[in-house]
Amino acid sequence: MALLSFERKYRVRGGTLIGGDLFDFWVGPFYVGFFGVTTAICASLGTALIFYAASLGDTWNPWLISIAPPDISYGLGLAPLREGGFYQIITICAIGAFVSWALRQAEICRKLGIGYHVPFAFGFAIFAYVSLVVIRPWLLGAWGFGFPYGIFSHLDWVSNTGYQYLHFHYNPAHMIAVSFFFVTGGALAFHGALVLSAVNVAPGETVKSPEYEDAFFRDTIGYSIGTLGIHRLGLFLALSAGFWSAVCIIISGPLWTRGWPEWWTWWLNLPIWS
Amino acid sequence: MTRIITPLAAGAALLLLGGCELGAKQSTQTGFRGAGLEQIVDVSEIKEAAEIPAAPYPLPPDGGPTAGQSYQNIKVLSGLSKERFDHLMAEMNQWVAPPAQGCSYCHNPENMASDEKYTKIVARRMLQMTQTVNSRWASHVKQTGVTCYTCHRGNPVPEYKWAIAEGTPTPGTILRNKHGQNTPNQNVGYASLPYDPFATYLAGRSQIRVASSSAFPSSKHIVSIKDAEKSYGLMMHVSGALGVNCTYCHNSQSFRAWNLSSAQRGTAYYGIRMVRNINEDYITSLQSVFPAYRKGPRGDPYKVNCTTCHQGVSKPLGGVSMIAEAPVLRGVAPAETPAGAAAVPAAFAKPAAMTGRK
Repeated sequence: MALLSFERKYRVRGGTLIGGDLFDFWVGPFYVGFFGVTTAICASLGTALIFYAASLGDTWNPWLISIAPPDISYGLGLAPLREGGFYQIITICAIGAFVSWALRQAEICRKLGIGYHVPFAFGFAIFAYVSLVVIRPWLLGAWGFGFPYGIFSHLDWVSNTGYQYLHFHYNPAHMIAVSFFFVTGGALAFHGALVLSAVNVAPGETVKSPEYEDAFFRDTIGYSIGTLGIHRLGLFLALSAGFWSAVCIIISGPLWTRGWPEWWTWWLNLPIWS
Repeated sequence: MTRIITPLAAGAALLLLGGCELGAKQSTQTGFRGAGLEQIVDVSEIKEAAEIPAAPYPLPPDGGPTAGQSYQNIKVLSGLSKERFDHLMAEMNQWVAPPAQGCSYCHNPENMASDEKYTKIVARRMLQMTQTVNSRWASHVKQTGVTCYTCHRGNPVPEYKWAIAEGTPTPGTILRNKHGQNTPNQNVGYASLPYDPFATYLAGRSQIRVASSSAFPSSKHIVSIKDAEKSYGLMMHVSGALGVNCTYCHNSQSFRAWNLSSAQRGTAYYGIRMVRNINEDYITSLQSVFPAYRKGPRGDPYKVNCTTCHQGVSKPLGGVSMIAEAPVLRGVAPAETPAGAAAVPAAFAKPAAMTGRK
């Protein structure tokens, strides 16, 4: 990948979070950095352990390979390697790799002098993962509540965990999260469609300016959020989707154990009509 | 702006927490690790098993003259010794009859042999029912067995029962007709599911299973979504009655597959058949005996469902067996154990093995 002409002036030393000049260089187009190295170590160790743990399992069918967490009886302790221990080390590697990657993003932001929006956004994805394998299991008192690492097996976990609350669609945070996911998809489609409509003009015509885009939405719904605003809105919607997803699983178990439909009885029991 | 928003957000968060269970939780694993097969309960929500009443007096030894020789009009327990018969009557007095009436709730005190009170006819049939439950349905009640107290708990009519629902007043119109669903009802865990699964599945013998044998739709397997929801409604009832969630019995990878289900599902399978047997042969058959005030809005007698015995706990009365205090209730028929039922109790000891990958 060729180095863009303007890129060279940003390839400066400094701006690192820790380690000073250590690993403060580029390999081809890639910034390495201290956290690039820790990402590489955690990711390769974790991946190697996944393959090793899979080799101890009973299948090489990629759909069915599963590396399961320990039995609940191990609580918040360590389990023998073949009974969930591999899962625990892989989890530590995964969190190490994800957090390192976010910190590497932060260092690149510092070098470029831009905001931290990208690592902030990625942080929500990490938060969602950590909610599932650390926060909720810790609140419930056993690492065994985490989801297994396997394509089909993690889906079974999702399904069974949902059915523990009889009807998960009644989980209020799940409702909010699902709504944000839909709106995120909708907003992205509107935004993409609007941009394409303004720039894909007939041959010989000039590309239309953002004023045209604003005018379209003002005519349609009376308001245009604007060129910068749509990206703020998109970030908010997408992060809200991830955030409420994390909330919906953290509250399932630690803060509510019965069927989710029953949670809504607070509404039926309001003193206004009960 | 911030001065308004911050306290508002804090207040909203506190209000949301108000709807939560903040207490300590207790969890049990019910399947292979990592499969999400577990029960999590709030300790304060666990229903305390009902107290077991003390025996009226110690069980007398068997032997001596039989009840049939000593009393008139004995039809079910004529072979039982008089001493044991009297003891059982004292127990029924304690377990079922209202304290104010005692023996005269069922008997005419002037003539104990008389069948003039409907309650005595019912009680006789209920004795036969209890014996059938303990002998024929050992697949469900195991060696714990049931007595009158399992359902009655000191009440002349068990607290938890059902009759065919009144139904919508204007079935011909769509106005105000919710087709038996979309109404928060405890029977189905307050979900929008059809809330009266009992008439269909516990009096009738409708097919509960809705999963197909093949991956794709076929003309041989046509089950509507409404049927599936009705079936789901029955399962919500079972869940509420036992105080457990779906994964107590099922692995949702396939609700249908027995090799993925826990042994408890086998017990529940026989339980549903037992309830049908009770409702058909022992309660509906008394239709003409019950007076109108002991019947539901549609004129059918009150019938049993899972809650009648379980009352929110997975083992009624906390699994305490009272049958030793009334051994005659074990029934006379040899316990014919359906195939596979014997293997079920042993499997309870190792839940992970039941759904473990082979």
